[in-house]
Amino acid sequence: MSTAKLARVTLSHLDWLESEAIHIMREVAGQCSNPVLLFSGGKDSICMLRVAEKAFRPGRFPFPLLHIDTGHNYREVTDFRDRRAAELGERLIVRSVEDSMARGTVVLKSADEPRNKHQSVTLLEAIEEFGFDACIGGARRDEEKARAKERIFSFRDEFGQWDPKNQRPELWDLYNARSFKGENIRVFPISNWTEIDVWQYIEREKLALPAIYFAHRRPLVRRGGGLLPVTEVTPARPGEAVETLQVRFRTVGDITCTAPVESAATDVASIIAETAVTTITERGATRLDDQTSEASMEQRKKEGYF
Amino acid sequence: MSAIERLPAEDIPDNGLLRFLTCGSVDDGKSTLIGRLLYDSKTILADTLHAIQRSSARRGLDIVDLSLLTDGLQAEREQGITIDVAYRYFTTGTRKYIIADAPGHEQYTRNMVTAASTADLAIILIDARKGVLTQTRRHSYVAHLLGIPHIVVAVNKMDLVDYAQETFDRIHDGYLEFASRLGITDVRFIPLSALHGDMIVERGDRLRWYEGPTLFEMLEAAPAIHSEHVEKFRFPVQYVCRPQDSANPELHDYRGFMGRVESGELHIGDRVTVLPSRLESRVRDIQVLGESLPRAVAEQSVSILLDDEIDISRGDMIVRSDELPQVSRNIDAMLCWLSESPLDPRRKYLLRHTTRDSKAMLAAIAFRVDINGMQQQPAERLVMNDIARVSFRLAQPIFADPYAESRGTGAFIIIDESTNNTVAAGMILGIASGDSG
Repeated sequence: MSTAKLARVTLSHLDWLESEAIHIMREVAGQCSNPVLLFSGGKDSICMLRVAEKAFRPGRFPFPLLHIDTGHNYREVTDFRDRRAAELGERLIVRSVEDSMARGTVVLKSADEPRNKHQSVTLLEAIEEFGFDACIGGARRDEEKARAKERIFSFRDEFGQWDPKNQRPELWDLYNARSFKGENIRVFPISNWTEIDVWQYIEREKLALPAIYFAHRRPLVRRGGGLLPVTEVTPARPGEAVETLQVRFRTVGDITCTAPVESAATDVASIIAETAVTTITERGATRLDDQTSEASMEQRKKEGYF
Repeated sequence: MSAIERLPAEDIPDNGLLRFLTCGSVDDGKSTLIGRLLYDSKTILADTLHAIQRSSARRGLDIVDLSLLTDGLQAEREQGITIDVAYRYFTTGTRKYIIADAPGHEQYTRNMVTAASTADLAIILIDARKGVLTQTRRHSYVAHLLGIPHIVVAVNKMDLVDYAQETFDRIHDGYLEFASRLGITDVRFIPLSALHGDMIVERGDRLRWYEGPTLFEMLEAAPAIHSEHVEKFRFPVQYVCRPQDSANPELHDYRGFMGRVESGELHIGDRVTVLPSRLESRVRDIQVLGESLPRAVAEQSVSILLDDEIDISRGDMIVRSDELPQVSRNIDAMLCWLSESPLDPRRKYLLRHTTRDSKAMLAAIAFRVDINGMQQQPAERLVMNDIARVSFRLAQPIFADPYAESRGTGAFIIIDESTNNTVAAGMILGIASGDSG
């Protein structure tokens, strides 16, 4: 019997993060009876699918994929979403904020109100429809200060609410995914990843991404210090000059609240180089919905957001 | 190719990941220190910096208050308290760091125990003007109890004592005196000023009498837990992969036992024993996503395939046949009670150890630790933040090691099934043998 010599082996930081995420997904599979993985076609959830492959292949995923579509997503991203799910041979469920609007459970204040926060309603409806007891999401703690304090296994009550003052203690790698009927656990396997970790992982694993993550030319207007894409749902306002610039998206979400940055990076290596020297945080640069108030993510989470 | 394959290569500048905990009282400058680490490692980006510059100006400060970088939630600002552990990240290019920032006051033990459970190193902050306080002793006790292998005592605010070596030496000696009584052996000391940045990344020129490493150098050099000593192989099974319905006939008999190596190392060909059945087999393969690995090391998530068809399910444990753990239904442990509802000695709780759950009943409370006076007291019940030595009787046997030898197989949590809350954290001291259930 060979005895290991002095174990001077340390996992690289990406291997460690990946292994932690695999462990977390397997705990969901082991502890929950009807979990689901939230897959948007964005870079974080693309990493999660890779982790899920490493966690469960050659078996099938022990959960379906779910996307809450605002109806205002970039076509390149929803096409990618559908293609990736088909390649993996896994079941994709799409539920639309527009269906909730038709049902009357989502009421917009105005036709052009961003729909991002209303995803919470549609998500909770989907959870109820399918009886999901756990939702695996791609949120990261480095994104935002409310997330910095959230557990990896985060309990939500029957209204989907997160209570930051009353979180379950989470020690070692002993996760508690228990819930009663109607309650829900949100699980964040890549909690400990940062934006640069995500890009390094994409590079290492050679993961395909929707084209809008890479530099491309697109018509935009300058508004409120940021660049806004000119699209069908976000037309230029009277008097605004439309420019065509080379840009890429750092995050991808609802068209009305996701802005690109100017960039010449056409491959992952150049994106990593740009990310390493960037001077603006990911959400600060590109998420218009987080800028409305200092506490807006915390508020949305309490209302059942991812 | 997976990077797991590239693991043993020495030429990769990736020094892995280090998780550390910062603990200190409210005014020890903990937030400033964390802000300084993030700032000096260039983790703070311009928009965040502008936001805290504006906040600092609004509060009438003429320098940027780095402690604002760790400013918390709206719910916390409303109540003027820090609710919970916050996790923060920075990288030095060769190593990634995760800071667990535990609030020092409210629900102090509960938060620190949580943060300490995953830390490889603890930075204990002392205000140079105040020296070793009761709080310092409590932090050190909990860090030691949770088995954090490296303790760095950071004597902060040296700028307020004129950078005097005598002050530092006095604190150093005072700390060592009680630390040795606790059994803390690996402790290092560093004088610093988080406010001005002395000895964090830059040495500064006001602490010339100190010849040791800067705080950054200490962090860069600290070994991660699993790289230090030879450990026994422990593999709690999380999930069993049986893709029988696959169209691929090669997979009809596939049985992958999935989990993460809690400690030690396993090679293809090793003899293994499965617990609780005690059946033996040989490792046929170690896989990740169809790739075969020659070995699995601590903290790696893999699938293990065995030569023999053995019935194995979640909650079982695979170990090397020459390194069996203790198997028992009676355990002695140190317990931290974390819930607002006290421990009820008449009730049954759920004990979760590795991937295994068992009903558990309190058998006895040997004593409660008064962590202010470091004394043992008799106790009938336990309330939130209490730490005690207890024994439990379990309905099912567990396969465990003393926590001091293996965190992964020495730790457990207690769950109250009436609320599903996690109510306690335990560290196994020993296992009564002769009762293998």
